[in-house]
Order: sequence, then C-alpha cells, then structure tokens
Amino acid sequence: MANVSSAVLVGAIGLSCMAGALALGLGTPSEPGSGMWPFILSVVLISLSVALALLARRITDVEKFSGASWAVLAGTAGLVAFVFLLPVIGFEIPSLVLTFAWLRFLSKETWRMSSLLSVSIVAAFYAIFVLLLGVPLPHLF
Amino acid sequence: MDFLDPMINGFGVVLQPVNLLYCFIGVAIGMLIGVLPGLGPTATIAILLPLSYGMEPVTAIIMLAGIYYGAQYGGTITSVLLRLPGEASSVVTVFDGYALAKQGRAGTALGIAAIGSFIGGTLAIFGLALFAPIVARYALDFGPPEYAAMTVLGVLLVATVGNGHKLKSVIAATVGLLLATVGRDIFTGAPRFTFGNLALMEGIGFIAIAMGVFGLGEIIYNIEQRHQRVSVPAKVANVWPSGKDLKQASGAMGRGSVLGFALGVLPGGGATLSSMVSYSIEKRRAKNPERFGRGAIEGVAGPETANNAAATSSFIPLLTLGIPANATMAIMLGALLIQGITPGPQLVSEHPDLFWGVINSMFIGNILLLIMSIPLVGIFVKILRVREGILAPITALITLLGVYTISNSIFDMVLVIVFGVLGYLMKKFGFDAGPLVLAFVLGGLLESSVRQSMRIFDGDATGFLTRPISATLIVMFFIVALLPAIQKLWKRRRLQLSKKTEPATDEKTKVESTKID
Repeated sequence: MANVSSAVLVGAIGLSCMAGALALGLGTPSEPGSGMWPFILSVVLISLSVALALLARRITDVEKFSGASWAVLAGTAGLVAFVFLLPVIGFEIPSLVLTFAWLRFLSKETWRMSSLLSVSIVAAFYAIFVLLLGVPLPHLF
Repeated sequence: MDFLDPMINGFGVVLQPVNLLYCFIGVAIGMLIGVLPGLGPTATIAILLPLSYGMEPVTAIIMLAGIYYGAQYGGTITSVLLRLPGEASSVVTVFDGYALAKQGRAGTALGIAAIGSFIGGTLAIFGLALFAPIVARYALDFGPPEYAAMTVLGVLLVATVGNGHKLKSVIAATVGLLLATVGRDIFTGAPRFTFGNLALMEGIGFIAIAMGVFGLGEIIYNIEQRHQRVSVPAKVANVWPSGKDLKQASGAMGRGSVLGFALGVLPGGGATLSSMVSYSIEKRRAKNPERFGRGAIEGVAGPETANNAAATSSFIPLLTLGIPANATMAIMLGALLIQGITPGPQLVSEHPDLFWGVINSMFIGNILLLIMSIPLVGIFVKILRVREGILAPITALITLLGVYTISNSIFDMVLVIVFGVLGYLMKKFGFDAGPLVLAFVLGGLLESSVRQSMRIFDGDATGFLTRPISATLIVMFFIVALLPAIQKLWKRRRLQLSKKTEPATDEKTKVESTKID
C-alpha cells in the first residue's frame, strides 16, 4: 500500500514536471529548448512510477509509521518554528526552547538534565558562532 | 620511478603546517563524530561541509578527506565494541570484531583494523599514483557524447549497486536529476521550476541538499528509532596486536588491499562490496572456516583493509573523470565545485598541487589515524556512552546554523528542513538517498553534455553509437539496465533444466548464488 502511494506521488511529480517542461518549450532535437531535458526526465520518472505501482506488492522494504513517528513530526515542527523565529527574535531564545523541549520530551531526559544541558548548549553555540566565528546570526545579546 | 616525482612534490603541499593541521583536525573530528551514535561518515561530512567553505581548495579537500577516514574508522570502533556498524562497509567487521570483543580482545580487533586500514590505504595510494594519470590522459579525448554516456552509466551503476531496491534507487536518481534542473537554464537563460522565487534562480544549493537529505534526514529519522541502551565495555586493553595475530592477518591484508583497490574504482558501493567479497574470500580460504563469526582475526583484517583501499581508489574516478563513485565522493565533488574546481582529466595537469596534495593527504591521514587511534581508543570508548538523545538536538542545531553561516540565508535553512523531511520520508519508504544526491551533483554535467551532443549529432540520437567509446558505454548502460530481467529469465530456465537433470546443476547454482551475495 505504501509502495502504491509512493508510486502515485512519484507519478504526480513526474506529471507536474512534464507540464512545467512543456510550458518551457521543448525546442527541436538538434536545437533543444529549456524544457527538453526536464521533459525527458519526467517521461522516465512517470514510466518508473508505473513500474513501481505494478511491482508494489512484491517490494517489502517499507517501514510503517508508528506512534513514535509523531515525535518526528514534533521535532520537525520545532525546527520550522526555530527557523521562522530566528530572524524575528534572534537565535538564543528559540535555540533554548528547542533544545530544552527536544531533550525533555523527545529524548525523555530529566527536567534537571534538560535545563542544564540546554543552557550550556546555547551558551556554547553563542560562544562559537557569535563570539568566535563572528557569523552575522540574528542575536539578542 | 618517474611517476613518483609529482607525488613527492605533493608531499610538499601536505606537509605545509596549515594543511597538516587541518588534516589532523579532520581525522580527529571525523573519528569523534564517527564514534558518536547516529551519524555515519556521509552524514558527518555533509554536516561539516560549511567548515570547508572559507578555506583554500586544497586545505578544504584535505580536511574533508581526513573526516572521511576518521569517520570510517569511528564506524569500525562502534562495529567492534557495540555491534553497530557506522555504514554498510563495516557491516562485515561486526561478525568477527564483536566476537573478539566478547572474548575480551576488542583491543586486538581495533588494532588490527587500524593497521589493516593503514596498509590498505597506503598500497591503494601507490596504485592511485600509478593509474590515475593514465586514466586522466585517456579521458582527455572525451567529448560531450562520451561524458554524457559515462555520466548516465555512472548514475545507473550507483543506483543499481547501492543498498536499496534497484527500481526505487533509479527513481531517486531521476528525481535528483530533476532537482538539478531548478534554476536558470545555462543555455537559454530561462528560469526553470523557480516558481518566481529569486533565491532559486541560481539553483538549489548542493550543501542544502546534502545537509538536508543526509544530515537532518538522518537526525529526525533517529528520533523515531528508540535504540536500546547499549552496554559499552569498560576497558579496552592490548591495542597493539601480538606478532602472532599480525602474522595471521598479513595474508588477509594483502589480498584485501588488491581486492579493495580493484573494486573501489567501480561506481556504486565499492567499499561495501569489497569488504563483503574480502570476508567471503577469507572464509573460503581458511583451513577451518568455522572459526569465522567466532572471532577470526582475518575476518576483521581482510574487510577493514579492503574497504579502506576501496575508499582510496574511489578517488580515481572522481579526480580523473569528475564522476563520483559513491555518495561520499558525491559530497567531495560538491565541495570541489563550490571551491570553483571542476575535477576532470585536466586536474592532474592544471592543478597538480591539488591532485597530489589530496592523494598524499590520504597517506598522511592514514598515518595520523594509526597514530591517533591506538592510544585514543580508551577515550573513544568513553565517548560511546554519550546518549543519542542528547546529541540529536545539538546536531540538528549545528546543521541549521551551519548552513546559515554559508550565505547568511534563512531560505537555505528552510531548504535544509525541506530536504531533511524528504530524506526521512525516503528512508521510511525504502528509497536510498545516495543516488538522489549523486545524480543531483552530476545533473548539470549530464544535461549540458547531452544537449551539446545533440547539437553535434544534429538531433540524431543514434550518433552516440557512432563513436566507439560512447557506443561501448551506451551498450554497457543497457546491459546494466536490463540485467535484472535477464537474470530472472535465466534463473527460471535454470530451474526448469535442473528439474530435468537433478543434482548435477545443484552445486553450480549454489556457487552462482554466493557470488551474487
């Protein structure tokens, strides 16, 4: 089932690339346009997705999503929030919150361990990126 | 010994204090991160790519090569002590290495692995010095059609020899090629697949893809894997193997070197393949093969020598043809391209300092590895106790802040997360990420050589078959592409035949199937 859905997804990518490629113009074989190469690739991709859909039942290397997959989603959401908050309020507070939440809730460390570690991690990053390397990273302090 | 002259000059480059220092730093960081749970050599190099950004090209590559060796040896340490191979090429080390560790001989296994890696790497460097210029000279005659044919064959080989399901790997490679088309078309200047986003005009950055798919993808994937607490042996003693052990291992090391060198040149998992072949050869040669899997020294020495020799010789296609043989080499190629250097047949003559500097840095890196690994094993054993859960947020932050340092762009961070999610999903759905990144790196070269070829042939695709080298490569491409189907048909016929003439064919099929393994 998972293979069928990934085949459908791959096929959809192929089709949308093909539409994009056609819009760019194919040109002629001797004078290929911008869309020719993406067009060829999308044809290959679509045929491969059909092959995958046909063979889907016989391929069994797919991992099922489990309850723990929510943790991945939470971690990723944390990273996205971090990136969007960074230019607004600097990197210290988002980093602190991210590392603390990750350690406490995703890695199941103790409250004490998580607080101590997250503070020292952010302090270390501040020292390395801001003081030592002088990266123009948005920061509060 | 003329061929050694430029090599000796290359030592002048490596032995400059700066380069020596970065080689040392690379090996040390590589080993450190290689030992830490969760990140293999490819992820390690990908995450540390930004470090190399502001450096001189030679220094940058020397450091990255150092990280590569260090991380590989770090993987060996975890295979022996924890039964956790860092990457596919040290999987077979687990069999006898872990058995030795259980007998309290972990030190011996690690020492033999370090010495074997050194010997394999060193012999392969001599082979590289000998063969690479010859390959490069031959490749100087390559025109666009040859490059097109060779690249497409290389991508296919990497996809089919790699770890994942072949069809899925080819899909990943095709997506990689499509990702490479994003940005301004170099022939017409038209923007492609940029969705009006200015940041995408210059194309998707290689670093964003490599760090996302290999680095962040791996990190978020690991959140889900609740690893069991591993028990680390308290102390590792007797790292210097005894004379008897060395004698027992010497044959395996010799065979491993030659084997690894030969297989490493081939695209697609040369190191992995050679370590496995080496293991099976040693087992077959042994007087009492039942020792294997229960702590045979040769079972560690052979594969570890072979994978290091292969890691070294896989630089040949990269440095002479500009075609990376595996995912790690793809990252090296990306790093070189960022530095404004396009590896290819001209590299030996135009940038001899870089070419020989890199090759000799491997030699120096191997020596550093040998010197450092033996006394430092005790420290690494301590590092092994760091919990993966603590490392995950740190590495995730390093990845994001690291990519930001390159061009101070928030957009790059967003891209890393997008590709991190892609890498995670690919892993879940059984797609190997290696072919995607490799195809992405080669995408530009492939497209431009195909388009130039089409102009040369005036739009007639059969032109590829009129030139001997490109024709051979194209024929090979079709053989590789159709091989699985042919094999299946053949097996079916075999099965029917063996039904008629029972035991005679049995032995043969057995040999055949072990060969494929």
